[in-house]
Amino acid sequence: MLRYEMICVGAGPAGLAAAIEAAKNGVQVVVFDENDRPGGQLFKQIHKFFGSREHRAKERGFNIGQAFLDQARETGVEVTLNAVVLGIYENGAMNVMIGDQVKQVRAQKIVVATGAAENMVPFPGWTLPGVIGAGAAQTMANIHGIRPGNKILMVGSGNVGIIVGYQMLQAGSRVAAIIDAAPKIGGYAVHAAKVARAGVPFLMSHTIKQAHGKECVTGATVIQVDSSWQPVAGTEKEFEVDTICIAVGLNPTTQLLGMAGCKMTHVPTLGGRIPVHDLDQETTVKGIYVAGDVSGIEEASTAIIEGRIAGLAIAHRLGYMDDGTFRKEREKQSQSMKGLRSGSHGERRAKAKEYLNAIMPAAI
Amino acid sequence: MTPDSSLTGFLTEEELKEGPGIPSAARRGKGPVAVIECLEDIPCNPCESSCKAGAIVVGEDITQLPHLDGDKCIACNTCVHNCPGQAIFMVDESLPGGRATVMMPYEYRPLPAEGDGVIALDRAGQVLGDATVIKIRQTRRMDRTATITIEVPKKWSMRARAIRLKT
Ligand SMILES: Cc1cc2nc3c(=O)[nH]c(=O)nc-3n(C[C@H](O)[C@H](O)[C@H](O)COP(=O)(O)OP(=O)(O)OC[C@H]3O[C@@H](n4cnc5c(N)ncnc54)[C@H](O)[C@@H]3O)c2cc1C
Repeated sequence: MLRYEMICVGAGPAGLAAAIEAAKNGVQVVVFDENDRPGGQLFKQIHKFFGSREHRAKERGFNIGQAFLDQARETGVEVTLNAVVLGIYENGAMNVMIGDQVKQVRAQKIVVATGAAENMVPFPGWTLPGVIGAGAAQTMANIHGIRPGNKILMVGSGNVGIIVGYQMLQAGSRVAAIIDAAPKIGGYAVHAAKVARAGVPFLMSHTIKQAHGKECVTGATVIQVDSSWQPVAGTEKEFEVDTICIAVGLNPTTQLLGMAGCKMTHVPTLGGRIPVHDLDQETTVKGIYVAGDVSGIEEASTAIIEGRIAGLAIAHRLGYMDDGTFRKEREKQSQSMKGLRSGSHGERRAKAKEYLNAIMPAAI
Repeated sequence: MTPDSSLTGFLTEEELKEGPGIPSAARRGKGPVAVIECLEDIPCNPCESSCKAGAIVVGEDITQLPHLDGDKCIACNTCVHNCPGQAIFMVDESLPGGRATVMMPYEYRPLPAEGDGVIALDRAGQVLGDATVIKIRQTRRMDRTATITIEVPKKWSMRARAIRLKT
């Protein structure tokens, strides 16, 4: 059995940040990711990020990802790709499938940074080719250079729906509309303004009723919903589209944590069932830490800070960092986090995170 | 009542009127100046940190709205391509003959050429009419956000915010 001081599951921004922070302080770290390239979501993100300079604002996601990879290399982080972590057992034991071989490994500390998966909505016709997740559309266009469709209906007006809508315009598609059952646009106003001035209409209080087509999508019917989200008969609208993108939220990938016995709680603001954790990002199972979307759906910038905090806490716990330095470094990170978890979009997440931290003592 | 931007996605002139980033008509008449169309408390401040003239203030709490001091703005254009939300424009109403220019960030390809006729669109993507591209800037530092300056009738200077290429 291979032994490590620290194993990170997931090489997205959260996992890489945790690994780099720990490795910088002397911890021996390996990162496993099931993909054939590291970076998680970052390499799909061709738009400029928000935040301030310390959060690398105004840089494009994929450039931030590249900088992370360089830093991981410089700090001696070992990144193993095509490596699916199958299970986490007692005392830090883990099964990981690398290529077609299952290996047993063990770590003193584990960071689970597995990110999130897209939610789906079922409707008649939803299995037709041409109904795709917005994340898939982003992967096709921005990683593989393939335009997913010529005329697109976007379902969901959160930041993912709007940003992917914008990127589809950049890829040369037409976006027929962005619809959402909610009464108000969910994403940032400036993102919405960008697609609106390109002529994309928003249809709020509308949901998808049906996708049309025999072999693939040829159209969609949308329908208005009332304040209790019930369809209003007679308000149907038809769209001639070849692609329907679904962007109705993300759901933390917590299966490994459930299996390891980490306590979960339901926090709708953060995307569903979330592992209870403390200010160090440690879960109710000692030695297992979480960071990024798996510990609550937020953003890459917050995922990075959570990762750093987990990395610092592990370096401290393993004796690579003294109490004073740790407290100072962690405080620096939480200050930086405060800036990101404020404003009307961020405050709710800040409160939800406080709740998760507060119930920790009772959950152990 | 016109529906507000939380339903349509675009800011109305009514919503923008009181915005802390909108320079006065008097200032716009003196020459190019930034017009910041950012009215939501999101955590973001590259406009402030990229403004060497100190004309944009967001402050310690980065969810505060950017405030523009029009008199300090030297129209260096840096904020236009640095704003991750593409919410900053440069407007010049000092041209003779009832003309004005609007500079906007642009991330579609192909780029038009200087001198091309294009169609000016308003914030809702509705056609205003013909406009001429008078300047295109794209440097390494702009990181692939080009800026396009169009000349339009002055009455569109606070309305024209996008273009469509003529094909
Ligand atoms: C369209 C879109 C636009 C966005 N725009 C922004 C933005 O402007 N600014 C911003 O800050 N954020 C943005 N985000 C959010 C940001 O991408 C995510 O919050 C961030 O990527 C989360 O990081 P993470 O490391 O937690 O997860 P991820 O990036 O999802 O990485 C998780 C990694 O774990 C791997 N993994 C999962 N399970 C296993 C397993 N069992 N074994 C091995 N590996 C596994 C996955 O393959 C993946 O590589 C955007 C997201 C989307 C979808």
